[in-house]
Parts: sequence; structure tokens; C-alpha cells
Amino acid sequence: MTPALHKDLIRIDGVSHTFTTESGSLPVLDNLTLGVPENGFTAIVGPSGCGKSTVTRLVAGLLKPDAGSVWLQGQEVTSPRSVVGMAFQNPVLLEWRSILKNVMLPLEIVSSSLSSAAREARARDLLKLVGLAGFEDKRPSELSGGMRQRASLCRALVHQPEVLILDEPFGALDAFTREDLWQTMHRLREEEPFTGVLITHDLREAIFLADEVIVLSGRPATVQYTKALPQRGPRSLDQLYTPEATETLNILREQIKIAREGEEPGS
Amino acid sequence: MRQVFVPVLAIVLFLLFWEGLVWVNDWPNYKMASPSDLWPAFWRFKWLFLTFGWETLWRTVVGLLIAIVVGVLLGMVMGFSRVLREGLYPLLVGFNAIPKATVVPIVALMFVGQHDLNTVLIAFMISFFPIAVSVSIGLSTLEPEYRDILRALGASQMTIFWKIALPKTLPEFFGALKVAVTLAFIGTNLMEIVSPHGRGLGALFDSGKTNSDYPLMFAVLISLAMLGIALYYVVVVLERIFAGWAERQTD
Repeated sequence: MTPALHKDLIRIDGVSHTFTTESGSLPVLDNLTLGVPENGFTAIVGPSGCGKSTVTRLVAGLLKPDAGSVWLQGQEVTSPRSVVGMAFQNPVLLEWRSILKNVMLPLEIVSSSLSSAAREARARDLLKLVGLAGFEDKRPSELSGGMRQRASLCRALVHQPEVLILDEPFGALDAFTREDLWQTMHRLREEEPFTGVLITHDLREAIFLADEVIVLSGRPATVQYTKALPQRGPRSLDQLYTPEATETLNILREQIKIAREGEEPGS
Repeated sequence: MRQVFVPVLAIVLFLLFWEGLVWVNDWPNYKMASPSDLWPAFWRFKWLFLTFGWETLWRTVVGLLIAIVVGVLLGMVMGFSRVLREGLYPLLVGFNAIPKATVVPIVALMFVGQHDLNTVLIAFMISFFPIAVSVSIGLSTLEPEYRDILRALGASQMTIFWKIALPKTLPEFFGALKVAVTLAFIGTNLMEIVSPHGRGLGALFDSGKTNSDYPLMFAVLISLAMLGIALYYVVVVLERIFAGWAERQTD
């Protein structure tokens, strides 16, 4: 296939990948093909340990697939590129830096024409957008888990990446904080256009945030089911409790069940 | 205020206990000198204490600085390469297990007459191990996500080391340095006592022994303790400056 055929901003084409461990080889991805259109937001769900995080590392260029190819903006990904921003379940903030300096970290790596004053203003704007105004000079340990995760999102977005990769960023938070952050995500999406991939095992989170939910099969993973959601953009938490949402949740839950049953025993 | 008062009080109580113990048991000088015997010894040899104390101090500091450079380099090599870590670890552990008192005559013969070099060498050899181990553990246990946030942006290994790995390892490094400081003093004095050196507090101790001047021997031990405390607190101050973020706010 030629790059011109790729309409999607993120494109994963027939990717297979196997990890070699001390106890033998472990195939994690098997002929995986999926795409995310520009400014789209796709959630990837699947049984735990099915290779979801491997997908994020492939898109970020941190890992090369054994077979198949990964494309960003029509260019094949062969090494990390600064058009990507990442946030993980662990916010990995640097304890020796203030929150502001943590958010500004990517701007020290990515070559940018911004002056240092403009960089600081950019970081402060983002922190304000996620509700962390006034906490710029605090150390990470002085913030709650939810606030640290907000700062981590700001760091992922500060260099205006085309692609935002979220690997279970809200997984370790309590339910109320998580719902707060879901709404923050919608706010960020309105203000900061990006193409997003969200890895999660919370189906509610997937249908609240994404435009499309992809269910991966058990290891080795491939796309088992794709569900396009009717609504793009911001929505209210009430919409999670409508009959339509419940129906979608039930379909997805059923698919996860099938994916888990298809797994090889022992995993 | 409390930070100064409590340690000073502890030292005063210790000296009183020591004096009392000697007084109650009516021990002669050659069994255990009492604190009140030490001051005359200090005063009589005050210039020797100053010049020899300086000798011991600078040799210890130079040995320690070499230990820091070598220890950090070894730690970096072992922290970044698993193969080298597996290869070097048993060698280092074996080297560290050798009592340095047995190495002293070997080194003294190897570099006959080069007293400064010998002393610095022993101070270095005895103190680099904890530094190398702590740096290698600090680097090898760095969570992969920390690397990934910078690697995903295309940062080089060197950038990742300077911006993340190095600062993150500093608290462990300073913890090891506090151990290394006291070890380096032990190394310096081993050499000064064992080899016919004629210089340093170790030599003063040795001459106290030959002259049966027991208060002098105890006075040397006390001055060594004081130098050790001083150097230890220099490290504590450096730690506050460079890794103060790792301290928990208590109030």
C-alpha cells in the first residue's frame, strides 16, 4: 500500500508483534489493522494483558513491529517523533521540578521557535485550562493523584502534538476524580485539537470520551469488534445512563467476554 | 535551635558518662583514659594535631573525590548495561569483601615511599563500592515510563540521563556518600597507622602507642571522630542543596 491511500492520521497496517522472553516467545499482536481519522478519538479496550499498551508504544515509535507498518500523517513511523504526546497511568512527574517546570519539560526537548516567556505562558494557560491555576509552583508530591494526572495531561499536550496517546491515565483514580477528569478531557479536546488514542479497561470511560471503541481479541490481539458512537465531542455524564448507552455498554461487555473466552488457557 | 542543642547535649552527656565510668572503676590511664585527661594531651601537641589533622583530612577528601568519580562511572556503566552489571558485580563484591587492612602492605610495597599516593589509594578503594552500587541501582530501577516520556519526543540517551536519570539518582547517591565518607577516613588511617608514614593522625596514634602515651591515643581517636562528623555534615549540606526535594516536609 502507498501512503497516499492512508486517509487516517494514525494508521496501523497488518501489524504482528512477538515478545521474546526467557520462557519463550509470546505473540501479542496478530495482523492488527486499525485507523484513527484526524481529530478523531478512538478508545481501545480488551482483556488485560492483550497487548493494548504495545499498540501505544508502536504508535509512539518506541517499538518497531515485527511485521506490518504504522503510519502517522501518511509517513511510516520508524523512530519516535515529537508529534506525539503521551500520558500513562503513572503520572511520572519529576519530583525535583515544580508543576510548571514539569509541564514545560517537552518544550526543552522539542525544538521550538517559542521564546522562554512564550513557553511559560503556554504551560500556564494549559494548567489553567485543567483547573490547576495557582498550583504552578507546587511540587508534585504536594498535589493529589487527580491533580498530578491533570498536570501529566498538560505535559503531554504542551508541545501541541498531533497525536495524544493515553495509556489508562485514569485507571488509578477514584470514581469521582475520574469523572472530573473525563470532563476535563472533553474541555481539552475542544481547546486543543488532537487525534487521540485511549487505552482503557473502563467501558463507561470509553463510551464517554471516544468517537469509536475498538475491542481487541485476547492475546495475540487483533481487532475483534468496532463500535462507532453516535456522538462526537462533549457530552454530559447523564448520557451515560440512557437506555442507548446501557445498550452500547452491554454490547461491549459481551464482546470483552467473547475476547476473554477466545484466549489461550493459562493467560 | 533544637537542632544544635540536642546533639550538643547528647555529646556532653556522653562525655560525663565516660568520665564517670573511668572514675567509678578507678581505671588507670593505660586501661581507659578519661575525657579530663584528653585536654592536656590535645594542648601539648596542638600544632601536631593541626598539621596532622590537615594531612589526614586532605588525603581522605582526595581519596573520596576519586571514589566519587570512579564510583559514579562504574555505577553508570552497570546501571545502563545489564551485561556489564552481571559481569562486574561479582568482581566488585569480591573486591569489597577483601579486608582493606590486608591490602595496605601490598599497596605500601607496590608504591614504596609514595606515602601520599598510598594513603589516597586506600581511602579510595575502601569507599567507592557503596557509591557504585547505589548509582547502578538508582539507574537500573528507573521506571520505563520516565524514559518513555522523553524518548517518545525523540530525546537522546544523553538528554534522558541529564534530565531524568541523574537527578532521580541523587538521593541514593548522597545516601551512599554518607557511608563512603566514614569509610574513607578508616582507609586513610589504616595506611597512616600501618605503614611507616610519619604523617597524619594515624601516625600520631602510632607514636602515642610507642610512647605509652594513652591519653594521646584517645585524643587522636576523638579528633578523628570530630573530622568525620565535620565531613559528614558537609555532605549533608550538599545533599540539602542538590537533592533537597527528596526530603519530606515534616511541618
